[in-house]
Order: sequence, then structure tokens, then C-alpha cells
Amino acid sequence: MNHFPELWGRPRDDVYGPYNSSYLKSTGPKTHTQSPAVTGTSVVAVKFNGGVAIAADNLASYGSLSRFTDVKRLRVFGESAVVGFSGDVSDMQYIDRLLESIDIRENYSTHGNLLNAKNLHTYLSKVFYKRRSDFNPLWNHILVAGFDGDKKPFLSSADLLGTTYSGPHLATGFGAHLAVPILRRLFPEEKPIEEITKEDAVSALRECLKVLWYRDARSLDKYSIAIITEDGVELNEDQKLEEQSWAFAESIKGYGAQVV
Amino acid sequence: MFRNNYDNDAVTFSPQGRIFQVEYAQEAVKQGSVVVGLVNKTHSVLVGLKRNAEELSSYQKKIIEVDSHMGIAIAGLASDARVVSNFMKQQSLSSRMTYGRPIPVDRIVTQIADRAQTNTQQYGKRPYGVGLLVAGVDEAGPHLFEFQPSGMIHEMLACAIGARSQMARTYLERHLDEIESSSRDELITHGLRALKETLSQDKELTVDNTSVGVVGLAGEGAKGKIESFKLYEGQQLLPLLETVEQQDSGETKEGEGMEVDS
Repeated sequence: MNHFPELWGRPRDDVYGPYNSSYLKSTGPKTHTQSPAVTGTSVVAVKFNGGVAIAADNLASYGSLSRFTDVKRLRVFGESAVVGFSGDVSDMQYIDRLLESIDIRENYSTHGNLLNAKNLHTYLSKVFYKRRSDFNPLWNHILVAGFDGDKKPFLSSADLLGTTYSGPHLATGFGAHLAVPILRRLFPEEKPIEEITKEDAVSALRECLKVLWYRDARSLDKYSIAIITEDGVELNEDQKLEEQSWAFAESIKGYGAQVV
Repeated sequence: MFRNNYDNDAVTFSPQGRIFQVEYAQEAVKQGSVVVGLVNKTHSVLVGLKRNAEELSSYQKKIIEVDSHMGIAIAGLASDARVVSNFMKQQSLSSRMTYGRPIPVDRIVTQIADRAQTNTQQYGKRPYGVGLLVAGVDEAGPHLFEFQPSGMIHEMLACAIGARSQMARTYLERHLDEIESSSRDELITHGLRALKETLSQDKELTVDNTSVGVVGLAGEGAKGKIESFKLYEGQQLLPLLETVEQQDSGETKEGEGMEVDS
């Protein structure tokens, strides 16, 4: 035993060779902000006649490890707004605390001036942009669903760079590649939102989550779904994907069990 | 001999529990020319009497637009009012920038009240020498707030502050029921008539010395949800002042008529 605590508990140099001290570097730029650690995958959302439906699975991955299987990535804000988070889970929890404190402050107001989903989306996009400009981004891609100031269904996205866009249906992460084409087929551009029922929207989301579960290796068959209407938010957090069929896997090379 | 020892700063109480510097600041408000504010179910109106320092100078601005949904009328030190209104403008823009919504009226009034109160509790500071009437609309409808240098705020149905404002307040109290159920234009007329009450014998309301600000909810079929703050000054006031003129002469005639009847 010597008097240098930093040397205690390390592999012995004479047995294992000198330790690669570059891992202990205490100088140089901060790098832990440059990649997410524990992540959530896609969020999918669709506008329908009189509201918005949004869904995400309950998984938080640590790299490719399925680390936490009961993480709720849909967050209800106020009376009728829901934020769906993909990306870093600790940053999600930070934003969650931010939203909590805003909600408390807003409710001090004696008059009925409460933030709607559109206000919330504007605010969050500014937070993301501020943080990316500080070179310390919040590693998320979010969907905000609810109503705007005219009581019309609202759905918009914001990402870690502060980029925003909106649409009648949106998806983040892998869903942007796998779910959006399905939603575009089900709800083509010429079909007005007024013709889409709540049931259509919900079954479309379930379909998207199922495809994501089949093809996104960071996904889970347990999911949460929120339906936002004039009457408020109906949130179901412990749903399971029903009627799974892996028959298709047989015919795909490199997917299931293969006989070469 | 009778020197007051408790008015050297704004943080010391007198043994009677008063803070003299704050009371002096309130005197500054009473020296300012009068402003009147009133609300009905759809609109909030500010009316002010402008003064010119000398015959050759311009008139001091009394009503300031803070944002498209809100304006203030000032009585007291105009330079202090500018500081407060600049702060309000900044806060309004900041709300539009970060949340994309016009700032709720009670929120911004509370913010200036908090600042004003700080000035009465920190050594080396002085209270604002200005009183404000804040008129605005938000999701909860039209509002009128009174703000005092002490940091007190009240939501009002109708209010007047400044020199000889008691006369206007008396008018407003007498006509409160009419004001509550009035239309937009009637509301402005009530404001002007309340203002007129405060004038001394040799004075009258002219297009030069009067200022009117209106903000409210938009009527049905209008483009937006609110009628943006509009300031009436100069020639724009002519029709408004004429309405008051006609009403007054009408009343005198009626009065004469009744005398004949009896």
C-alpha cells in the first residue's frame, strides 16, 4: 500500500502492463454532452377530428441494452397538452422538472390564462435552441400534441438543435423512417383531418408501434398512448401490442433463424 | 423645530407606522395631470389630459402603447413612467418570443408592482414617482389595473388618478351601472365626460390636450380575436369630442324642458 489514493484499486502495472492513462484525462474539452446515454426510441402522433393521439413505447435503452422497460415517455402538461420524448432519458427528466415548475407558476394566475400546447412547443423549442447554442444540447427529439389558441388540434416537433416543424402526423427517431410512410398511406394529404376518427388514429398508431417493434431493435412491445380531446387527456401507460405475427421474419435473410 | 426625522430614506418606518418617502411619491402622482380608465364587458379605455410645460412646447404624452393588447396611462413623473413602460415593453416582447403569446395583464402588472415594492424596501433606492392605469385584454377578457408607487395594485371597474381626479371618480361612481353595460363608443364618451368633470372653469377638452386609448375584444366577424390597442390623438379625436359636446348640450336642453313642464 502506498500513499497515492489514485493508484489504489487499479490493475498492477507489473502484472497487466501500464494503465492507459488517456482514460483518466482531466483536461481538455467536456465530451459527455456530445452523445446521449440512456435513450428512448420513437414517438408517433396523429391528428384526428377533434384532437390528437400520441404514442411511445416504455423502453429506455442503454446503448443496445434494453435497460429499463417501464419508462413513461409521454408527459401530460396542464389540461390538454402532451409532450412525447425520444432521445436522452435524463434530459427528458430535466425537461420534465422544467415543465413542472412552469405548470406551478402558471397556476398561480387567478385568471384563465394557461399555456396551451402551441405556447409550450414554442417555449421548449427556445430551450433546445439556447442549449445547443451553449454547446450543451438537451439530447431529445420531442412531439408536442394538444390544442392551439384557436382550440384547433395542434401537433409539432422540436429537436435538440431547436429545429421545429409540424404536420398532421409526425414521428421521431426510427419512426420517422418506418411509421411516417404507413401514416402517409393511411391518411393521404388530400384526406382532410375532419374525416379521420379517433378510432382510426388510435389503430394507426398501434399499427405503427407494431411495425417499429418488428423492425427497430431498440423498441419494446409495451407502450403508452395518450388521446387528447376537448374533454381532456386520456392516458394509458401499460399497454401491450396484441396480435403479433412474426411469420414474415422467416422469409427475410438475416432477420430470423436462417438455414443457409 | 418640527423637522421630520423619518423621511430621509424610503426604508424607515415612522413611529406611527408610515413610510414618508412613499407617501411623498404618492403626492407626485397627485400633482400629475389626470388620467381616467374604465372597462365594460368587452373593452378597456384610457383617457388622459395632456399638459404642456409652456405655451411654445409640445404636450407631454400621457398614454403609451405597451403591446398590441395593452396600454398604460401615466400620472406623475413622466421620466419614471418611461422606465416602467420600457420594462413592460421588454416583458411583453419576451413573452411573445418565448411562449408565442401576449403576456396576461395581471402577470405584467404584478411584475411592475414587485419592482416598485423593492424600491420601498432597499436602502438607497427611491420609489417610482408615477401612478399608472394599465388597460389590456387577455384570455380572461378586458382588464383595468391601478398601480401606485407603493407597489399596490388593484383591478378596477373604473378609476382616475392625478390632479383633481376626485371629480372624475365621483362621476364614475355615479355612472357605474351605465358604464358596465355600455357599448365601446359609449365607454369612450363616459371616459371623456369623467375627464371633463376635472377641468377648472376656464379650461376645456381640445384635440390638443386630450388623449384616448382603446383596447378590447374584437366584435363578431372581425379578423383577430382582439381589437388592438388604438391611440386617438389630434384630429382623430374630433368625432369623439363632438359626441360628448352633443350629449352635454342635449342634457341642458332636456333640463330646460323639464323646468318649463313644471
